[in-house]
Amino acid sequence: MTGARRRYLLLFGAALLVVGGAVAALAFALWSDLDGAERATLQALVGQHATLLLLTALLVAAALGGLARVVDARWPGTAAKLAEQARLMHTVNPAHRLAEDAGAAELRVLAHEVNAIAAAHEAARADVQTRVAAAGQRLAQESGRLAALMAELPQAVLVCNAEGRILLYNARAARLLNDDSDGGDDTPVVGLGRSVYGLLDRALIDHALQRVAQRLGEEAAHFVALRAGAWLRARLVPVLNAQERLDGFVLMLDDVTRSVLADGARERLLRQLTEESRAGLANIRAAAEALQRHPDIDDTRRQRFTDVIGEEARRLSERLDAAQAPAPLRAPWPLEDMRAADLAQALHTGLAAAGVQAHVEAPMEPATWLSVDSHGLVRALTRFVVGRGLPAPTLGIAADAGHALLTLRWPGATPSERDDAVLDEVLARHGGEWWCVHDAAAGSSRLCVQLPLAEAAPGAALHNRPVYYDFDLFHQPGQTPELDARRLSELAYTVFDTETTGLDPGAGDEIISIGALRIVNGRLLENEHFSRLVDPRRPVSQVSQQVHGITPQMLAGQPGIEQVLPAFHRFAEDTVLVAHNAAFDMRFLQLKEAATGVRFEQPVLDTLLLSALVHPGHADAEHRLEAIADRLGVPVVARHTALGDAMVTGQVLLKMIPLLAQRGILTLGQARDASRKTVYATLDY
Amino acid sequence: MTKTILIVDDEPNIVISLEFLLERDGWRVQIARDGQEALEAIEREPPALVLLDVMLPRLSGYDVCQRIRERPAWRSVRVLMLTAKGREVEMAKGLALGADGYVTKPFSTGELLARIRALLGEP
Repeated sequence: MTGARRRYLLLFGAALLVVGGAVAALAFALWSDLDGAERATLQALVGQHATLLLLTALLVAAALGGLARVVDARWPGTAAKLAEQARLMHTVNPAHRLAEDAGAAELRVLAHEVNAIAAAHEAARADVQTRVAAAGQRLAQESGRLAALMAELPQAVLVCNAEGRILLYNARAARLLNDDSDGGDDTPVVGLGRSVYGLLDRALIDHALQRVAQRLGEEAAHFVALRAGAWLRARLVPVLNAQERLDGFVLMLDDVTRSVLADGARERLLRQLTEESRAGLANIRAAAEALQRHPDIDDTRRQRFTDVIGEEARRLSERLDAAQAPAPLRAPWPLEDMRAADLAQALHTGLAAAGVQAHVEAPMEPATWLSVDSHGLVRALTRFVVGRGLPAPTLGIAADAGHALLTLRWPGATPSERDDAVLDEVLARHGGEWWCVHDAAAGSSRLCVQLPLAEAAPGAALHNRPVYYDFDLFHQPGQTPELDARRLSELAYTVFDTETTGLDPGAGDEIISIGALRIVNGRLLENEHFSRLVDPRRPVSQVSQQVHGITPQMLAGQPGIEQVLPAFHRFAEDTVLVAHNAAFDMRFLQLKEAATGVRFEQPVLDTLLLSALVHPGHADAEHRLEAIADRLGVPVVARHTALGDAMVTGQVLLKMIPLLAQRGILTLGQARDASRKTVYATLDY
Repeated sequence: MTKTILIVDDEPNIVISLEFLLERDGWRVQIARDGQEALEAIEREPPALVLLDVMLPRLSGYDVCQRIRERPAWRSVRVLMLTAKGREVEMAKGLALGADGYVTKPFSTGELLARIRALLGEP
């Protein structure tokens, strides 16, 4: 029996019961009210018309059945159908709609409303799906680009998670690391999910991670690993998560075996040759000078000196011949650049791990960069201290003439065992010397280690991790005259600042320095900066020298404005120019248009004017760059250098864009219009 | 009494010239062929000055210099290092270990003699 039939029978049964019950109750009430004669009469009457009554009862039942059918169709039946259709809509077919023409009027209205909800729901769902698809497509594009980029890289790249499992690698990495020159099995060792520690010495990677952790957010650590007879130079870059915690790391590897061996052999040969030649020449020179100084010398002695000269000269010639023959190669250890303070810290950590609590002498000259094998050095020094049971030392590093001197100082005597072959070997790699002496006056002993200084402080000027690429750039439509309609948040900017000989370009003051950075996709690209000094070919006023600290000596020999301005023009191409108090800087640029042949025609934004829009209530003085930076929480660095000011201006602009948006200034056109209307725009230089 | 100079070098070809020149200049000369021999010679009779090569058999010139400086009784002994190791780090080490001077080979014998006179005065 179907649900609809049962429901109908139930309805019919109920109607029958109600009507039958009512008739029965009426009959019973009537019966009990009648007396004997009347009852007899009624009995006879009913008996005579029994057929008629039965027929009437059947007729009423049939009418009730019909009525039940109609009621069922209008209410419960329709509701059940609607429920079924609604289920269909939210399960298999979101495009299905309820029939709005069946059943009672109330149910039709209900069906209509449900349909409206369904339509809204379907639209929202379609929208989500479109977005998901678009996002997926973008992701696929980006990974495609990343894959192409990695495949084209001349370096082997491994991306690992914090546990050292490989998440991503390029073909070059597989080639470099799977290439097992020892022969044996050729099972691939590079693979997704495999541990990188199976490929490279874990101690080296841990050491590098520790070093980047000491100055998290800053560049990378380098180390060199020996694998299957090849020297791999590795650059380790940490990957940080949103909480600035280490999420993993990227390793870039280069096979430097060839250059390392060649360099090492050359250097060793040169040193050997120099030392041997020095000794030989000393012998010749001393003998020759003895003969010159004492012409009265007896014949036997004269003969001996002449023999010495002849013999030493012959030996020198032989040495030169030998030097040209290829020398047997023994690999030296390539060194990495490291800050002195970081080395001290690494040594401190190494000693602590061995149970020795060293003390690091402060302050250490922060700008001292060393060229060291920090891992080898820390290990050798830790062994020296721990192996001899020395008391906890005080660590210090000081720059000496041409090298740095690392000292470990401890109270008491020098150890009886002063030789150390490991330290000898490590220091030989550094081309340095080491010694251990007792200072009787101070009652302490020192281990002195000479280390080479790095040739130049690498990357010292950068504070944040540089952003070298941005995949969103691919979506950037070309910069066009419709710039005004573009949103501020998506434009490319060149923020710049100039330093000048004085404040009056009309009276002949000239630019002496230009610094600029670009903002692309909402990021200040600190590593792509423009920073030039310009020879103004006129004196620099004392007042302005005090402001920017640029002296005439620094400017002598620098290129003139006719060389620098075209270069700046190229740097700023296709971007919106931004400066603090831009009118001042633009005036200087415009006055040079004729002389240099470059015109700056792009739109200009002024952070001074924008500040007045964002914080209209403030007094003039509070729109100075420092005051704005302070208000917006931008750290001020290297104020009154062109590049430093440009950097602050850039960060200020980035902070202002959302504040402008809150005031309804969204596009470049709106920002320029609003700027024009501020009181500051009336200022004229 | 004539002051004594100890030449410590394992190269006979330099020793012969230095010995001759120093003697002609009026000094008494003693010779040691390696680091150990040098310490024994100083023990027997502390000289006024030691001309010390760095690369020596057995005990290096640096070690000899350090041992000399560790003995208070030998405080008056001057040490002039005379070596083919001409790099700055090697000089710095020699001077840090207490040498009075560091002369890189090859050198002018005239200047060497003048330097010795500056350290010791007249023979």
